[in-house]
Amino acid sequence: MWEKKFEPVANISEEHKEYLKLINREKNFIRIAQILIFVFGIIFWEVAARKNLIDTFLTSSPGAILGLIMKLVDDGSLFKHLFISTMETIGGFFAGTVGGLLIAIILWWFRKLAKVMDPYIVILNSLPKTALAPIIILWVGMGYSGIIATAASISIVVTTMTLYTGFSNVEKDKIILLKTMGANKFQILKKVIIPANIPNILSVIKVNIGLSWIGVIVGEFLVSKAGIGYLILYGSQTFKLDLVMMGVFVLGVIAAIMYVFSSWLEKKIIKY
Amino acid sequence: MTEVDMVYICELRNVSKRFHTINNETKAIDDISFKVKKGEIVSIVGPSGSGKSTVLSLIAGLEKPSEGEVIVNTDSIGFMFQKDQLYEWRNVYKNCLLGLEVKKMDNEENKIKVKRMLEKYGLTNFKNHYPSQLSGGMRQRAALVRTLAIEPELLLLDEPFSALDYQTRLSIGDEVGTILRNEKISTILVTHDIPEAVSISDRVIVFTERPAKIKKEYEIKFEECPGERTPMKCRNTLAFGEYFRNIWRDLDVGKEV
Repeated sequence: MWEKKFEPVANISEEHKEYLKLINREKNFIRIAQILIFVFGIIFWEVAARKNLIDTFLTSSPGAILGLIMKLVDDGSLFKHLFISTMETIGGFFAGTVGGLLIAIILWWFRKLAKVMDPYIVILNSLPKTALAPIIILWVGMGYSGIIATAASISIVVTTMTLYTGFSNVEKDKIILLKTMGANKFQILKKVIIPANIPNILSVIKVNIGLSWIGVIVGEFLVSKAGIGYLILYGSQTFKLDLVMMGVFVLGVIAAIMYVFSSWLEKKIIKY
Repeated sequence: MTEVDMVYICELRNVSKRFHTINNETKAIDDISFKVKKGEIVSIVGPSGSGKSTVLSLIAGLEKPSEGEVIVNTDSIGFMFQKDQLYEWRNVYKNCLLGLEVKKMDNEENKIKVKRMLEKYGLTNFKNHYPSQLSGGMRQRAALVRTLAIEPELLLLDEPFSALDYQTRLSIGDEVGTILRNEKISTILVTHDIPEAVSISDRVIVFTERPAKIKKEYEIKFEECPGERTPMKCRNTLAFGEYFRNIWRDLDVGKEV
């Protein structure tokens, strides 16, 4: 999304310059098209709303959403809700990711346990986890902890499965190499299993950020008195569609920020 | 230590190995006995799938023999594979330190030694490169440095050049063969490439088809080869052709033709 432009290096042929120009032109075209779709979409939405072509009771309008955002920013409540949801997401994300990683390591360490647990993990994984949310919230608590547990429960099983599969698929000779050097099991884990799976772990992280948000929003729908999920639910129950749309818009902005962040993290960590 | 222990680095006594699967049992090697002297370079050639690599796994202690005894008089073994198995997330230098890290010997002195080896093998300028940035020959040379960094007393090579293109294969084979001879490293080389085996080794052991038995053994000597013995020089002698023809006949590869 944010690649550098291809700058010509010294001493290149005219043909190569032409080639770079073509590549840059295509990149620019794509970027401009992407921006135009957004801009025209917003303009169309706003104009249609003002001309009463669409029912603003159901669709709201960009102007109204922006006005609402300004208002909520002014009284500080937007940041309060945003802060609460973000914290819950971060908590659920870490619990789910770290928990899944640890379970995957345990299963890798004890192969027999992995085989015994296999059917349970498969079933847990195919179960729609949101169905468990009400149970988890009753067990863990009606507040933040319940919401965080819900968020973690959504990502932990798929993290376990993905990473355990990744651990099991490390090329055999890479492990044998370490064994011939006299490595113990912990060294094998540390020097080959984990580093070979860094790309896997990063892609799990990307997926889990999204999954944790799902968990948090579902949890907030069910119990909370604050957070973006609460705003959306409250808005829909009181027919304040501006509020609902604003909630969705804020989630979209956060999703974009997190995407950029995880791409940055990936580039920072994977150098090979 | 007995006298035998002093002379021989490794010995197989009547070793057999069977592999088991649910539906089947395969005898990979059958009653094999041989010894490797310290500093000796021994090649094992045989038809593909004849259990040559199994012998290396047994010596490395990765497998236990079904029958017989495997005696290895060192705990410092270096293993090289068909693929270089460089870790793609480590740069060349870090890859070469792998064995030393595992053995907790990655002190300053040894690090300097590794750097010197990288220089010797023409890899200094690529020290901070990742494996994906190197050519096949350079990768295999880096794998060699990684293997030699722990100063193995016994080197096990499992078709280490067969993934390389022909010319790289010849030149790397020549380089490695010369290094092993100069440094007097005891080596067992498994290969299906007869010229490679003959040019590098002091002795060639020919295996039969599975279950592998020893069909023949050749002491390889090049009297017409003046000065330092290098694999490339050996390839140009009359004796080389003679060895090749004999081993080729033993392997029975083209018997239908």
